Amino acid sequence: MRNCIRSAFRQNPQLRGAWSQNYLQKPGEGALKNVTLIPGVGIGPEITNSVRTIFEALHVPIKFDVLDNFNFENDESKKQLRKNECILLGVMTEKNQKYTDNYKFYKYLDLYSNITFAFSFDGIVQRHNNTDIVVIRENTEGEYSGVEHEVYPGVVESIKVTTKQASLRIAEYAFEFAHLSGRKKVTAVHKANIMKLVDGLFLQACREVSQRYSFIKYEEMIIDNCCMQLVKNPTQFDVMVMPNLYGSIVQNVVAGITGGVGMAAGASIGKDHALFSQGCRHTGTDIAGKNIVNPSAMLVSSTLLLRHLGLPNFADQICRAVQNTIQVKNIKTKDIGGNATTDQFTNEVIKSLAK
Amino acid sequence: MNIIRKASTTILRPQFNYQKVILFPGDGIGPEISKAVIDIFDAAKVPIEWEFHEIHKKRVTEQGDLITEDTLKQVKALKYALKGPFETPIGKGYRSINVTLRKRLQLFANVRPCKSIKGVKTPYPGVDVVTIRENTEGEYSGLEHEVVPGVVENLKIVSYNACQNIAQYAFEFARANNRKQVVACHKAGVMKQGDGLFLKVCDDVAKNYPEIEFSEEQIDTMAFKLANDPTKIDVMVMPNLYGDIVSDLCAGLIGGLGLTASGNIGKDCEVYEAVHGTAPDIAGKNLANPTALLLSGIMMLKAMKLNDYANRIETATYSVLEEGRFLTGDLGGKSTTTDYTKAIIDKL
Repeated sequence: MRNCIRSAFRQNPQLRGAWSQNYLQKPGEGALKNVTLIPGVGIGPEITNSVRTIFEALHVPIKFDVLDNFNFENDESKKQLRKNECILLGVMTEKNQKYTDNYKFYKYLDLYSNITFAFSFDGIVQRHNNTDIVVIRENTEGEYSGVEHEVYPGVVESIKVTTKQASLRIAEYAFEFAHLSGRKKVTAVHKANIMKLVDGLFLQACREVSQRYSFIKYEEMIIDNCCMQLVKNPTQFDVMVMPNLYGSIVQNVVAGITGGVGMAAGASIGKDHALFSQGCRHTGTDIAGKNIVNPSAMLVSSTLLLRHLGLPNFADQICRAVQNTIQVKNIKTKDIGGNATTDQFTNEVIKSLAK
Repeated sequence: MNIIRKASTTILRPQFNYQKVILFPGDGIGPEISKAVIDIFDAAKVPIEWEFHEIHKKRVTEQGDLITEDTLKQVKALKYALKGPFETPIGKGYRSINVTLRKRLQLFANVRPCKSIKGVKTPYPGVDVVTIRENTEGEYSGLEHEVVPGVVENLKIVSYNACQNIAQYAFEFARANNRKQVVACHKAGVMKQGDGLFLKVCDDVAKNYPEIEFSEEQIDTMAFKLANDPTKIDVMVMPNLYGDIVSDLCAGLIGGLGLTASGNIGKDCEVYEAVHGTAPDIAGKNLANPTALLLSGIMMLKAMKLNDYANRIETATYSVLEEGRFLTGDLGGKSTTTDYTKAIIDKL
């Protein structure tokens, strides 16, 4: 992803017709692909509309099967989820909750790998430049197993479960990703000095997988030191892999370093399905309906969808246009220091596409 | 009087009515930075007398502790202790010194104030946060087992009493230090019963402190806010694991563990410590930075109600750091430990 952005941003006319821009398809690959779209609530419809408008402008060969009023309680709705491989998700949450319910998707569709990309955007004021981190987080177990009980009045046990199987497959995903993306280093984040068995098992799995990828540098770092290093010197990190809870924390720290919630893109990948939505799952109920939400995170997530479906050229064009709008034309929404509305921002991105 | 005082700087002064305080100098750079603190406290005429105790490299009790029963008794008796950095022994059969102190002395709260230091450039100016971390239970209870091959469980324990102690302490701390807000950090959306209990207790305790603004935040959102804009955050209280992570994150915001003070508080006694490592590569070379241990010592003086002395030493330290003429190597300067110490003494 890094290489694609860099080369695209050079805006070099000589790149037209260059190797990286050409896609050698099997005949028929350009046929319409069906993707489930769940706009959701709050800022969800606004940001997914932004994506649809831009996809239409680019003639992306995707047909969205929209699931309005999607509800997990409804079995019919649930069955429809399995229809298509990919799902684009706005914002789903129960009423009166501050945070989204994405974990229900993860459990139901076994989307075990949660990935967020965070890189420094030149046009946004941030404290560290040249950050380019991919955080790969185990998405199905760990502290999120939901197994708790009150042992005795006033004493509660929450059980963190770690399995070798889940640890192995997330480690495998991380190294495979690093391999195919041309990345140099994978850092495993843990607290095995204290939680010797659970995080020890996770580390064991990572070490096993790293043996098969000897050309990729592997290191381990304790979570508290990792957070400190992230705010002091984030450029040292490349790909990071970790269990569920640490993943949640690190993803947010990394979003904080690189310019905020509005910019973080996220994907959850499983064997049979993939879900694409914003990296940080704040519902933004306070800004819903006001046309001020930043659709960048959703747009960049939609480019992840395009890459997953084998449509990299469209992804590059959208990334380039978003970057151009923010960096060159200096059109920003409120959260990153500007005053453009969502619609204005979307229109400017479309204008940038035409160039 | 002054001549007598100068001559006796290098030996323990047998003064009357001086409060005794335990000192664990530690390993590596420990002895050097301890000496720096002793010298500065002497120059400021702080009315305390140091009692040296050792942290051993091998177990000295049956439970595998690295300090003797006598030492533990003394800490309880004298109430205050200052601890330098120490080596972790290799091998098994011993209990970590932190675990010993925490368990035997019931040090239930870990307090780490992090304030941006003028003269130390970081990407995060204007930070003034305090992390108050529950120190006895939670994810660090050490209760793990393999259920079946390939499936492991770790038990996170949350008890009403521990939550009550830490919440109470946090609000008392905020009140005593004129802090305006307390945020409880949790993940009760996922761990509904465990962190839910913690949150409920904090809520109940908050009602007794109406002058303090209480709010709650999920730990990941808190991490985001700290990395994005920490200037709006005041006091945070949280369970063990989150506290561990957040306190180190905050240390990173102000320039690292070499500048961070830390205190472990129990009902009967308090142990203040430097949280950085022993830096064996510079040990004995007069290059170490004693600021972390010094700031912890200042925290201790404030707890002992010796605020005047604490403030004087604190002002002198910050003044030297801001001026920037005498900085140790880790802060980009060329001064030795003794130079830096002398600069602070001169400012007193």
